Amino acid sequence: MKQTIPMRDGYGKALLELCARGEQIMVLDADVAKSTRTVWVREQFPERFLDMGISEQDMVGTAAGLALSGVTPFVSTYGVFLAGRAWDQIRTTVCYNNLGVKLAGAHAGISVGPDGATHQALEDLALMRVLPNMTVLAPCDAEETRKATLAMAKLPGPCFIRFGREAVPVITEEDTPFEIGRARLCRSGGDVTVFACGAMVYEALQAAESLDGDGISVRVYDLHTVKPLDEEAILAAAEETGCLVTAEEHQEAGGMGSAVAELLAKKAPVPLETVAVRDSFGQSGQPGELMERYGLDRNGITAAVRRALARKG
Amino acid sequence: MNLLEMSRTVRCDILTMVNRAGSGHPGGSLSAADLLVGLYFGGFLRVDPSRPDWEGRDRFILSKGHAAPVLYSVLARKGFFPVEELWTLRRLGSILQGHPHRGSTPGLDCSSGSLGQGLSIANGLALGFRLQGRDNRVFCLLGDGELQEGQIWEAVMTAAQHGLDNLCAIVDYNHVQLDGTTEEIKDLGDLCAKFRAFGWHVIELDGHDMEQILAAYRLAECFKGKPSVLIANTVKGKGVSFMEGDCAWHGAAPNDRQLQEALAEIRGEEQK
Repeated sequence: MKQTIPMRDGYGKALLELCARGEQIMVLDADVAKSTRTVWVREQFPERFLDMGISEQDMVGTAAGLALSGVTPFVSTYGVFLAGRAWDQIRTTVCYNNLGVKLAGAHAGISVGPDGATHQALEDLALMRVLPNMTVLAPCDAEETRKATLAMAKLPGPCFIRFGREAVPVITEEDTPFEIGRARLCRSGGDVTVFACGAMVYEALQAAESLDGDGISVRVYDLHTVKPLDEEAILAAAEETGCLVTAEEHQEAGGMGSAVAELLAKKAPVPLETVAVRDSFGQSGQPGELMERYGLDRNGITAAVRRALARKG
Repeated sequence: MNLLEMSRTVRCDILTMVNRAGSGHPGGSLSAADLLVGLYFGGFLRVDPSRPDWEGRDRFILSKGHAAPVLYSVLARKGFFPVEELWTLRRLGSILQGHPHRGSTPGLDCSSGSLGQGLSIANGLALGFRLQGRDNRVFCLLGDGELQEGQIWEAVMTAAQHGLDNLCAIVDYNHVQLDGTTEEIKDLGDLCAKFRAFGWHVIELDGHDMEQILAAYRLAECFKGKPSVLIANTVKGKGVSFMEGDCAWHGAAPNDRQLQEALAEIRGEEQK
């Protein structure tokens, strides 16, 4: 059994690394510092931490000002309240100015659990990827979240990263490569390709394992960068395996699967099946129960793979 | 050119720009003209037109982005770009967008236009300069109508929380917004008392009296420990009698006849 750690721990660890290196950063939070792990910065580097209180719109604007002054801000709160509530601030103040503001949306997806629909970010990828200048990341585990956070610190422009609340298996190592914009091949296969992001990458690997027993060879990619999309990897997969599946903890409309579909429709119209939340809000429940209920697990992916293969003919 | 002459020049620029563009916002540009002339030409804003990106410069954030014409005129008259550029306002490919866009216009520090966001940005700049031990100052012009946005009051609390005395906000209190007066739409009440209650250093002034404007900037600069706000009582459309106090001129362009009439009135003052 793999070790399980919440992805948000990776975010907090990366921020500590950046502070320890003496990088000119400022970490902002909106009264959820314990949840987002920015409390670690507050404890160890208090001069690099600003608790903005419960005012997300002001937090994003303040971060824009910090960026204009030459400081790299990391804006941290729940994804719903960042991508949703402060969307116009992100659009007009951050993206139109093309500022190096780093936005971290915690509590992504339905696996937030008992808090219910108000706190489960299922629209953040859609809201962020339509914005010009924006880079959008959805890493798969705590280690990749750490690397993604370090990588986004180096980007000159705006960047949004989402990560979940629950402890999930750590499937990457310290030396696993991570490059923004380049999908990471997790498993080779020739019959079908699954592009997954976030916690769904582990589920995709489990699904691929069981399908292998049935003689179905599944290629699995960790599509940690939702924007800009790794067109090369997706188009090669379409050509070589002839059908695709996407898996994400997000609304089907506008999310990572939509991004893949937009590309396929234009350049390689092969069968595509999606695993995502279908036009509904979440609800309270235990994370595992919810993932099963909404079909966001290995069984959902396995079924989608079989549908895709059937359509491929 | 003295400051009063500069104010008249800027007012003529605003009207001519908006007339030639065929659209734009003259009312709230005219009400802020004296405040910006005092800031840029009275020696309070440290800038160098030959080095628009100079790190040591002070920053000005136009939170009420629709008043772009007054800022463009001041930047051009200050020497950031040729005055002729003013006549390209709002045209395809112009360096002067309908609302401010950073990167298009030399001397312009921040994009704006979606109301209520500028003070947060100014706070971030002030915090960043303080963190880096730099002495740059930050100014932010707010409209009175945009004080109806909740984010403004979040930012008002943030500035007080951190005692940002390197920040000076200016409220262009002209009492008129697009649909009518602020009193009939959403009354701002006692603005001075509001800002004082939020922990700010408040300076009330006549926003068209240049001596008072200069004195207010001086006071704000000296005051330590709290952010300062200038509550500037102004008149929407100031200087053009048929525009003054009329919300119809918030976002309408004068036609050629109206322009000539307006320019004559402003230049007439000049001959007194």
